[in-house]
Amino acid sequence: MDLLNLAIKSIFIDNMVFAYFLGMCSYLAVSKKVDTALGLGLAVTFVLTITVPLNWLVYNYILKEGALTWLGEQYAGVSLDFLTYILFIAVVASTVQLVEMIIEKFSPSLYGSLGIFLPLIAVNCSILGAAFFMVPREYSIVEAGVYGFSSGIGWLIAIIALAAIREKMKYSNVPAPLRGLGITFIITGLMGLAFMSFMGIAL
Amino acid sequence: MSTETVAAKKSEALFSKRRKAIVTDPLDDDNPVTVQVLGICSALAVTSKLEPTLVMSIAVTFVIIFSNLIVSLLRNAIPQRIRIIVQLGIVASLVIIVDQVLKAYLYDVSKVVGVYVGLIITNCIVMGRLEAFAMANKPYDSILDGLGSSFGYAWVILVVAFFRELFGSGTLFDIRVLPEAYVNNGLMTSPVGAFIIIGIIIWVQRARNGYVEEA
Repeated sequence: MDLLNLAIKSIFIDNMVFAYFLGMCSYLAVSKKVDTALGLGLAVTFVLTITVPLNWLVYNYILKEGALTWLGEQYAGVSLDFLTYILFIAVVASTVQLVEMIIEKFSPSLYGSLGIFLPLIAVNCSILGAAFFMVPREYSIVEAGVYGFSSGIGWLIAIIALAAIREKMKYSNVPAPLRGLGITFIITGLMGLAFMSFMGIAL
Repeated sequence: MSTETVAAKKSEALFSKRRKAIVTDPLDDDNPVTVQVLGICSALAVTSKLEPTLVMSIAVTFVIIFSNLIVSLLRNAIPQRIRIIVQLGIVASLVIIVDQVLKAYLYDVSKVVGVYVGLIITNCIVMGRLEAFAMANKPYDSILDGLGSSFGYAWVILVVAFFRELFGSGTLFDIRVLPEAYVNNGLMTSPVGAFIIIGIIIWVQRARNGYVEEA
């Protein structure tokens, strides 16, 4: 039950895009068509589901103060906390590389449509951001997995909704200087307003 | 990502016209936030107050300039295939320095800025400048390019923070400027306000320079 609550909370209330502004670059750049948005959203969800628990392991067995006790008693006082950033980004970057190779092998059509955006997942801040948020919240490894997965789903919902709105918007008469990026920002703001209504949910 | 090489003359003044353009272009016509759409995450997240925004822009300026410099010095030694990892390593080390300094000297601000300092690593402006400029240009030009890009970023987030703090809390740098009778606009302190303000900045900028995007 707690896991379900956590999932609902990270999909709707703590939505990656609307509450924390994470993953905005690819969110704005790849949201012109629903198909590509869906592909990227699924890739982000997949990478998040893998990297959050992986980074959990890295943090709890290597970085945390006293985490190295499994090597021997003399390491109990060692804290490698300051290496968090560099190790987390290394885990993320190598996972993304792996996912890229797997997609290229098994689904060339998806690879073709995502094109240059796959390497961008490595610098998608929602991936690294989720890993950073996981640390102070002290999740267990199962919770970390659920958190990663549902944050990805939240991001997927946001980008698909935006892509759908932008597809419809081709037929509306937007003031010329606002066309494209400007109106996309304002729409995102309005969508965020809609998502704020979820804040009232008590879990 | 395309690589822009700026043809350099043999002997060139320290502040030639070309070098001036490297610094001033990203301020307006080629702004990293409003034109290239890079580095949006942190631009929106830290801007609810001016103080953390200022700290954040100094941090980003430091990281961009030094990563540009280091990558530019190493540009002939970095193998093409693993360049992303090498760049990430350099950026991450610089961000660790910034984070440790903030925690040591500005603990209160570092609490507010929190994970977003860590997220400078994935700030697309940093990676974008490394890929597009520092990998192909000399160290001094790369420093200038970093300076231009980070100032282009800084002024946009400072403007956003100015309006958000003024209308959201009625203060500037935590000093009350609007009369007590002013009722704070909660929308401005929430994410929604940030999105809408940045949308309006883009609108004003594009109305001024006449740039229209194909829908």
